[in-house]
Amino acid sequence: MTADPFLLACPRPLRHATVQMAHGGGGRLMKDLIEGLFLPILGTDPAGQHDSAVVEAAGARWAFTTDGFVVSPRAFPGGDLGELAIYGTVNDLAMAGAAPSALSTAFILEEGLDLAELRALVASMKAAADRCGVRLVTGDTKVVDRGKADGIFITTAGIGLIAPGVDIHPRKVRPGDAVIVSGDLGRHGIAVMSVREGLAFESPVTSDCGPVHHLVAALLENGLDIHCLRDPTRGGLASVLNEIATAAGVAIEAEEAAVPVNEAVAAACEILGLDPLYVACEGRMVAFLPEAQAERALAVLRAIPEGKDAAVIGRVTSGPAGRVSLRTALGTWRLLDLLSGEQLPRIC
Amino acid sequence: MRFVDEFRDGKASRSLAETIRRTVTRPWSLMEVCGGQTHAIVRFGLDALLPSDVHLIHGPGCPVCVTPVALIDQALAIAARPEVTFCSFGDMLRVPGSAEDLLSVKSRGADVRVVYSPLDALALARQRPDREVVFFAVGFETTAPANALAVAQAETEGLGNFSMLVSHVRVPPALEAILASPRRRVDAFLAAGHVCAVMGTQEYVPLAAKHRVPIVVTGFEPLDLLQGILMAVRQLEEGRAEVENQYARLVKPGGNRTAQALIERVFQVEDRDWRGIGGIPSSGFGLRAAYASFDAGRRFGVQDLGGQESPDCQSGLVLQGLLKPRQCPAFGTTCTPDQPLGATMVSSEGACAAYYRYRRFDPVEAP
Repeated sequence: MTADPFLLACPRPLRHATVQMAHGGGGRLMKDLIEGLFLPILGTDPAGQHDSAVVEAAGARWAFTTDGFVVSPRAFPGGDLGELAIYGTVNDLAMAGAAPSALSTAFILEEGLDLAELRALVASMKAAADRCGVRLVTGDTKVVDRGKADGIFITTAGIGLIAPGVDIHPRKVRPGDAVIVSGDLGRHGIAVMSVREGLAFESPVTSDCGPVHHLVAALLENGLDIHCLRDPTRGGLASVLNEIATAAGVAIEAEEAAVPVNEAVAAACEILGLDPLYVACEGRMVAFLPEAQAERALAVLRAIPEGKDAAVIGRVTSGPAGRVSLRTALGTWRLLDLLSGEQLPRIC
Repeated sequence: MRFVDEFRDGKASRSLAETIRRTVTRPWSLMEVCGGQTHAIVRFGLDALLPSDVHLIHGPGCPVCVTPVALIDQALAIAARPEVTFCSFGDMLRVPGSAEDLLSVKSRGADVRVVYSPLDALALARQRPDREVVFFAVGFETTAPANALAVAQAETEGLGNFSMLVSHVRVPPALEAILASPRRRVDAFLAAGHVCAVMGTQEYVPLAAKHRVPIVVTGFEPLDLLQGILMAVRQLEEGRAEVENQYARLVKPGGNRTAQALIERVFQVEDRDWRGIGGIPSSGFGLRAAYASFDAGRRFGVQDLGGQESPDCQSGLVLQGLLKPRQCPAFGTTCTPDQPLGATMVSSEGACAAYYRYRRFDPVEAP
């Protein structure tokens, strides 16, 4: 053993001069990219960060959002890239409390892409848009040389009308709010990973890929005072709670045992060394509203098939701003931190 | 989830913790050897359930953390070659070498892939005879059998485009080194259950006898760990120093003979450097001469690449249980998972990573 502690050594810090995969992972590095590169140049107010921007036009308030879709594999149990491109944007609009009105789409196609596959994906988009009651009204197509893209990338943008009186934003979250999830977590991430990595499970995990705008509409119709909504996509529930706690300047306490996780998802996470609280969903939302309304909100959500597993998983407190704590099944506490980089499967 | 939930039961945990509390009459320091155990302890807050007289010291059992910088540099040099497809467990991709990590090499165009098993790398070598497929064989005795199997299989199939960069480490010599250290603070060990599932428990008997130290082979779930702690504390209180097996549902005294035979066939015991700790005699496995043609270090001529280490990281002290992560001045300031000084901050089994993720601040305000 080395006797002198000053001989113990590790390398110098790394600095990223190029884009890393984790810059798109929904964790700390992506936050750095947005706050350290995009916002300073574009001059956008960081306090405005939300799943959709809210713009006023023609005497009304509109939610406006855009999203790029690059998932590989393009088809996975429970959905495909086309559906994802519609639901992703519809859900981002819904997170601002908007009823989705119209979508645009842009395709970047790689030379050599099978037209039958493209046809199937576009048909999926149409079916998904019909399910959401939203129209695809305009689009664009570009083709790049073979090898310059991975088959197909889809971008969608959308607008939606926000009803008068509805004001859903992270800054409205306050101590005393309950935190509700609309269903079980982590299905999408595990479904995609199982195909990507060729993992076979006894009971296959299907993606939760789907719309949540009707859940939002039901909560609003029932007069519930929703303070904030967020869909737990990349980075999962843990990232949502961290983002909201930071944006609202509050602390959040979550209850591990209360978080609904499907048995097969939990098992897959155990095997892969992943934490389901960080795994992506594509058809779930996290809602913040006054604790006194939590039971009524649960009843409304549970009456809808996509909300049948809704649960209260935590509460907002006046603790240190940005601090998210988790009470474990043993009754002890730990931090629920923003993920650094991507979750990487472990060795043993 | 069956076979998991039972071992995370809150009521049973509190009851075991209470028994530990009643058993302990004076301070004891226990080292959990495996990084997986460390993460479970911190993630589930097990130390918060224990009486203040039971100190848990986090041991060196994280293969990613102890892989020498020189070997990471060799991996980076191999991965950067245009003809190479470099396969690794995900854990290794963010571990810093002298100047960068595998993810950085990948972002510049290197073909670096995450695999779940060395057999995935072998399959890739079969599919792509035009590529040199290299597997980064890192791990304790736990992962050695599968890696040995991959090499043996490659030989049988005559797969000339497959090779392995080997950095295998063995637990017993590391425990010997910790016990022989003049700064020894460890009263008992919780040995790594999965390592013993392969190797059995016999090699720990001489260690326990020579150093008068209880060694309890322990699992990874909260109840496993609490029971292992109770067994170790009972031995200490009763003045015994034996090898006991808490993880009997998986660990047989003789271990897994088939796996051992595979290791024996492909690997030989060698001296090895441990990152942050230094050289430990007989503490690693290397490929036997008969399999030297599968040695990637040799094939690509990188064996002599040395690592450039900086003095700011104290992971060596952390790995020997002499420093808690939060006591390191660099912790959370100049050393974070995004800009790590050492492997203990990025490995999923690293002690610093566990404290950063679960304990960087106290989770809730003190009541």
